[in-house]
Amino acid sequence: MKKTPMYDEHKSLGGNMVEFCGWNLPVHYEVGIVEEHRRVRSAAGLFDVSHMGEVWISGEGAEAWLQRLVTNDVEAMHDGQVVYNFMCYPNGGVVDDLLVYRFSRTRYYLVINAANVEKDVAWLKMNLPPSGVELRDVSSQTSEVALQGPAAERILQKLVSFDASALGFFHFVPQTTLDGVDVLISRTGYTGEDGFEIYAPWEAGAQIWRAVMAAGKDEGLLPVGLGCRDSLRFEACLPLYGQEISPSITPLEAGLGFFVKLDKKELIGGAALRGLKEGGLSRKSVALELLDKGVPRHDQEVRYEGRPVGFVTTGGYAPSLDKSIALAMVPADLAAEGTEIAVVIRDKEKRARVIKKPFYRKNYKK
Amino acid sequence: MATKVEQGYKYTATHEWVRVEGSRAFVGVTDFAQHAMGNIVYVELPDVGKALQAGEDFCVVESVKGAHDIFAPISGTVVEVNGDLEDAPQKVNEDPYGSWIAVIDMSHPDEVKDLMDAAAYATHCENAPAH
Repeated sequence: MKKTPMYDEHKSLGGNMVEFCGWNLPVHYEVGIVEEHRRVRSAAGLFDVSHMGEVWISGEGAEAWLQRLVTNDVEAMHDGQVVYNFMCYPNGGVVDDLLVYRFSRTRYYLVINAANVEKDVAWLKMNLPPSGVELRDVSSQTSEVALQGPAAERILQKLVSFDASALGFFHFVPQTTLDGVDVLISRTGYTGEDGFEIYAPWEAGAQIWRAVMAAGKDEGLLPVGLGCRDSLRFEACLPLYGQEISPSITPLEAGLGFFVKLDKKELIGGAALRGLKEGGLSRKSVALELLDKGVPRHDQEVRYEGRPVGFVTTGGYAPSLDKSIALAMVPADLAAEGTEIAVVIRDKEKRARVIKKPFYRKNYKK
Repeated sequence: MATKVEQGYKYTATHEWVRVEGSRAFVGVTDFAQHAMGNIVYVELPDVGKALQAGEDFCVVESVKGAHDIFAPISGTVVEVNGDLEDAPQKVNEDPYGSWIAVIDMSHPDEVKDLMDAAAYATHCENAPAH
């Protein structure tokens, strides 16, 4: 099992360590998932996300090549901007979801899921042109922390020389230092709160972690684990690869068409996705609240009038709502708000109702 | 972290406790178990009248981490369940030894002697892998 540079920090902070995608990471610390979740919503939390993958794409052909490979509009980006994207297979299924950072028209930084690093790099390489685009996988050399929550800006400001309040949502500072270390900082995250992600050389990971923890001491900052990372993103209806989106679930079915520009000249998967859109989606991702007691979980069956009609993509208890909720894939004609369906939990049907997305309204910096 | 063990109770290796009153056995989960499961958000109580074999899973506790099977420490019939836990599952976190899940009318009371006493269970917890 691989260790991140912050492994010893997690151990000394009482981290409850688990295996996640081959990495040894804290699922929570001593206060537990619910308190960590609430702290990110009310003040701030610090996540070690060094397991994420990072890839440089550079060269004269970088922009045009990425435009064909990822679903959002790369040509419309400006330097210093981050855009959320999918990479799709020709059939419209998802290879991965990723962030694309534009340094210039000839230099981009991709941030990909830990579980998919090898697969993504192989996919990218397979699609590289003979010349004009170079790829460099720096996943194993790059540590990353996510500082998330309404106090994140105040905490970061103590550590950096630039004006943190001037950094817009989904923008980044390409070159700056934190505690003397060269870092890349973006105003991004996966919690539904304002926050920053800080990329540093692998060997400086623990130093960055300690510096941010120290700066947050009087701001209510807690170290927070994978458990609340999942519950926070789930409440905000941010998708998890392998659950809401996958090789067999397209971004359109997942309700994420906003990030898919179908009018592009060339896009891998574009024809399939256009066909899907023109023909009308046969199934859709919906938000559910459970009306009976119980906790829905990933992959449980969804029924309507006793018939199996779909499945739960993510289910669980939502700390901010104190309710059991789920995201589920159901036939399009059952996707209307107010529709009553059932989730099957250990052979018992539990009543659920389709409600408006997201469960939790995001508090992003404008 | 020091785990609490209640004197006079009997214990399983899978972290359930038993408090015997005549032929009736009150059953719950230990402090070690509630700590390992984390915040408990739902207890799926067994049906009254259900016949159980020792070691059989008879109840599910859902925490924010996931669903956890609870095993019957002894054989018998479920004669009562703790309905308070339906609306206040967090009581298992707050007071694990006061929050019984079910009462089992024992069919083989001699099974009780196969369970651990408090001292043996405390040692078992010290040797258990950290959760």
